[in-house]
Amino acid sequence: MSRNIFDYIIEDRLPFFWCEGCGNGIILKSIAQAFADLELDQKNIVVVTGIGCWGKADDYLKTNCLHVTHGRALAAATGVKAVNPKLKVVVLMGDGDGLTIGGNHFIHAARRNLDLTAIVSNNFNYGMTGGQYSGTTPEDSFTSTSRYGSIEPPFDVCELAKSAGASYVARSTVYHVKPLEKYIKAAISKKGFSLVDVINICPTHYGRLNNMKSSVEMMEWLKNSSTTKIEEGNIYERKFAIGEFADVEKLDFSTKYVEVQKKAKEKYK
Amino acid sequence: MTDVKFLQGNEACVEGALKAGAKFYAGYPITPSSEIAELASRKLPACDGVFIQMEDELGSMAALVGASMAGAKAFTATSGPGISLMSENIGLAIMTEAPCVVINVQRSGPSTGLATKPAQADIMQARWGTHGDHAMIALYPTTVQECYDLMIKAFNFAERFRTPVFFLSDETVGHMREKLVLHDDIPIIDRPFPKVAPEDYKPYLAGEDKVPPMAHFGSEYLVHASSSMHDETGYPNNKPENADKVIRRLYDKIYDHLDEIIITKEFNLQDADVVFVACGVSARSSREAVQILRQEGIKAGLLQLNTVWPFADEKVKEVAKNAEMIFVPEMNLGQMINEVKRVVGDKPVYGINKVDSTIITPYDIIEKVKGVRGDV
Repeated sequence: MSRNIFDYIIEDRLPFFWCEGCGNGIILKSIAQAFADLELDQKNIVVVTGIGCWGKADDYLKTNCLHVTHGRALAAATGVKAVNPKLKVVVLMGDGDGLTIGGNHFIHAARRNLDLTAIVSNNFNYGMTGGQYSGTTPEDSFTSTSRYGSIEPPFDVCELAKSAGASYVARSTVYHVKPLEKYIKAAISKKGFSLVDVINICPTHYGRLNNMKSSVEMMEWLKNSSTTKIEEGNIYERKFAIGEFADVEKLDFSTKYVEVQKKAKEKYK
Repeated sequence: MTDVKFLQGNEACVEGALKAGAKFYAGYPITPSSEIAELASRKLPACDGVFIQMEDELGSMAALVGASMAGAKAFTATSGPGISLMSENIGLAIMTEAPCVVINVQRSGPSTGLATKPAQADIMQARWGTHGDHAMIALYPTTVQECYDLMIKAFNFAERFRTPVFFLSDETVGHMREKLVLHDDIPIIDRPFPKVAPEDYKPYLAGEDKVPPMAHFGSEYLVHASSSMHDETGYPNNKPENADKVIRRLYDKIYDHLDEIIITKEFNLQDADVVFVACGVSARSSREAVQILRQEGIKAGLLQLNTVWPFADEKVKEVAKNAEMIFVPEMNLGQMINEVKRVVGDKPVYGINKVDSTIITPYDIIEKVKGVRGDV
């Protein structure tokens, strides 16, 4: 049965509430497209969201959804997946939600290698609360709480996930939609912890304070600041490498846990 | 065949949880509750359940909600410092109406405090630890047997009312060893499953008893659950009338069913002039004090609260009616006593309080009673 994005997105709820020029709609459409291409049953998908602009994505979805507290989406998803490994569990987090307040859950979810798909909408600031700096805000950026320029270096989300043990790690931007769709599909299909870091635009806050007053200017910026050569990327200099950073085969948590259950049953039979 | 064992209170909690049908535990190690995690990690996988040690208590409690929404009976155990962190997502469990059981083996605080020493200072934290208006069910065992029996009831209440249930224990009850009968006498209750057609299902539409039937992720029903204010569909609804309806329903679904939830035990109350109201290790000492005082001719009795929250207003009122004076022994500077004072009117109520990290002994209680009565 052929499926399309409106098997997953509630058409009646459009347009999205996100600001004019925000890239979240592009990411959500790419996710729905991946669901459709993979012919996933809505009842077999659980989308877990945190708090923030991107955390509102579940408002538009007709899959199972669990919208939780700030930073805890991966932890809640861990419980969902642990008790029902057959479910496709997709976790949507912003950079503030997933990498800053939720940073501890992020590295441990990657290390644990439970079969979850994390999709980070990374727009370098807390959009919902007025554009404050986050754990991925590039150094020297201006935000509503770094009006003299941020003095904190950012996380490289992909390098962090990779070194923490994720099975699949990729990055694209909302300008580069084709690779974005490809990586999201690969991430959902991958058994093990997978991450797609999506560099997003926030013309309302980050763009406005950093000399990019429109979404067009921000899209130009993404186009000019990106490279498909991973070795040439440098997040600290706002040079975004697009591509797959990791794609490794290793046993996921649930597969290993079946062995734990066997051993326990042997002990207590 | 009914199994008889000699176990710790903490171990009995795990036996009760497994009997109730627990399939998921997520937690973070902390004294004096760690035996619960250790035994759960050994036994849950043997029952097709999953044990997972999370990176912290914030994540543990979030994982509990996820597992519960995916259909598993879920529990965790910690102590006060862990509850401080879990409080965030205890609110999540209240709002998403995710059944789960949270054990707090209380230790001496504040903060890290005295990690290995008992206290009963988290009584109000259990009631109001998470922000916002809400109801809370909290059970408190006094014996190892009650750790088992009440744990089954804690799961039953969680499932029946779709709510997190606190299981307040204390270091003394958690670590003492007593005889435990692993009986089958308590019926096991599962969450109410929807009966409507999948296309008609609204995950937060409740009937008369105010508890919405619960489908899980992966069933034939689609479920939309949210920490944010939502209506019967589970999707956001910010209208004032909706918020009012939801917050009142979440509260009423507990307070409309107090007759099912309040569990107390009475000892020598028929003719008691001196009434103790206590829970946990302090109820044990009170019971002993009742025996000694009666041998000395003082008519004492004990109301043991096994349900701490909601507070047993009616029962406390009833036992206070014919009492001359009421004593509330508790290992804090006075938490439960204020609830007792709230309901007993003009009766004199005296606290017996200890915060030096040692338990209140029967002799501490007797001394206080005699002092107030002028017997010494």
